[in-house]
Amino acid sequence: MKMLKQEMTQEEYYRGVRMVPYDLVKELFLALAGLGIFVFVLAAAFSSPDVPTVTIQQWAQNDPVDFVSTAAGELAGTTTSAGYGAPYNNAGGEQTWGPFAPQIWFGQRIPIDSANDFVIQPLKYASAGNPGLTTAISTWTSADGDQQTKWVTAYTDALAKATYADGKVSVADGDYGPLPVMMSALLTQGQSGGLDGLLTGAGHFYQVDYTKALLFMGDGNYLFDLADQQNLSGDQWGMMNETGSYPGQTWLWLYTAWYQVWPFTSDTGVLGLNGGNADLGVVVLMTLLTAALALVPLIPILRDIPRWVPIHRLIWRDYYAPKKSAAPARA
Amino acid sequence: MDTPAQYFDWGFIHISYPNLLVIGLMLVLFAIALVAPFPHKSDRDV
Amino acid sequence: MSKVMSRPPASAPPPAAMDADAGSWTLRVRKTWDRVLPMDHLLPHRQPYYVGSWVYVFGVVTIAALVWVVVSGVVLSFMGPQWWHDTGVGHFFNSLHFWSVQMFFIFMVLHLWGQYFMAGWRDGRALTWMIGVVIFGISILTAFTGYLSQLNFDSQYIGISAKDAMDGAGIGAFFNVLNFGQMYGLHVMLLPITVTFIVVVHIVMVRSRGVVKPIGPEGGAAK
Repeated sequence: MKMLKQEMTQEEYYRGVRMVPYDLVKELFLALAGLGIFVFVLAAAFSSPDVPTVTIQQWAQNDPVDFVSTAAGELAGTTTSAGYGAPYNNAGGEQTWGPFAPQIWFGQRIPIDSANDFVIQPLKYASAGNPGLTTAISTWTSADGDQQTKWVTAYTDALAKATYADGKVSVADGDYGPLPVMMSALLTQGQSGGLDGLLTGAGHFYQVDYTKALLFMGDGNYLFDLADQQNLSGDQWGMMNETGSYPGQTWLWLYTAWYQVWPFTSDTGVLGLNGGNADLGVVVLMTLLTAALALVPLIPILRDIPRWVPIHRLIWRDYYAPKKSAAPARA
Repeated sequence: MDTPAQYFDWGFIHISYPNLLVIGLMLVLFAIALVAPFPHKSDRDV
Repeated sequence: MSKVMSRPPASAPPPAAMDADAGSWTLRVRKTWDRVLPMDHLLPHRQPYYVGSWVYVFGVVTIAALVWVVVSGVVLSFMGPQWWHDTGVGHFFNSLHFWSVQMFFIFMVLHLWGQYFMAGWRDGRALTWMIGVVIFGISILTAFTGYLSQLNFDSQYIGISAKDAMDGAGIGAFFNVLNFGQMYGLHVMLLPITVTFIVVVHIVMVRSRGVVKPIGPEGGAAK
């Protein structure tokens, strides 16, 4: 293929071209030294960002109503993770584009049961030596689905007007079954720091997988509110941004730009692409655009623009300059 | 450097000043590279 | 490499050695290597006179940045992912790593702009361009796993957000951005090796073909 292999040797390609001394190795060492010094100066002058992690403990302490609302939502099955679908569960919330549904095709390979993993199991650990909590948990787990829904719907509605004082989230009186006891215990557990460890390490010794803890935090608003303050959110071009006043990932400009524009900001969109399947749509779009970038040599117009734009005439101005009649090139 | 950055807004564009600076400097650097004279070795050939 | 098909003239030295080497893979590899990338093409001390623009240095500066990314990264990985949060020296090496990554992307994109406007894919160099775009893509993935390996708020939020893109596209089932162990292993071993390997291929391709000629002076079709 003419495009992939040069059909002649370098000697043939450069026949008749004047060659001048050019020290590649020295150039490399100068680049290493120059850039190394520059990077050293930048590091010394500006350091690097390191905003500390947010813990579930901080979440429970700083926004206890949001914490309890999230926990109730897990039991109700209304949180993001509970309704997510693959790879976590079969709730059916997957993104699709017409018949194209890779999220469904690749299956539930990271099984997460939001209600059980984030609320019931941790509470069972906390219930050791706490008969009131033990009873509350078994009241909940033995109740039928309709009863659970009644309790949690009433409780969630009441939480909209909840108050917080002395380590307790209080709501108006109502029939919430065992939920106040359970939620209060979970809040105490969260505020003590116990949940952070339980959601990562329960039942294991070593643990490097933070899926549960992060999914739980991602179901609430606390983490997102903090991210919003740092302009990291998806609708703030967040993918490009860094915490603090540091440069971020400028190379992701086009990837994140799509999330700011139609059709991915619209509920209706076009051709089946809209805000609801924006993640899938943007991945497909960016894959195609990246492939197009790789295939520029084969794409008419795109591969001709360099010929039309006179930037190359600046780069190679020696070559394009009228040839002087002095100093003939000695072969 | 740890306080959140200031942002520049223009239409739907919303970019941090540090990022804008990086992109701006890249454009300036490219332009300079296009026009700055490049040191040539002497034209003596072998 | 052609086999010896006919008997050499009687005055020639006995061909026993040539026959014995005829099936040698080692010899074939060496001869191919000598043809594709002889030493004076790998390390030429001369270039065409038109290699006389600062635009040409963006590639080598990108390589220099990559070297510093790897050096600082090796120190960070030797000391473990928690070290830089605990000591000033550690934080400084993280800063070296952070800024050399910024430099890497800045100069790689400048190099891309330069090669685009020079139509560097001409004369049999299309694959070199394509490999360059692949490097760009894998570098972005490497940086992404790096951001996830920071063990700070940024990692948490990037993980929680990016999981939707991975999950939406289906690969989230295998590539769990919330799994620090997986992301860290990819970042410190698998991806740097991949990037380095492909960069070496890219450099070999550039050196074996030499720099492309300027676009035809009459503005004719860029070959």
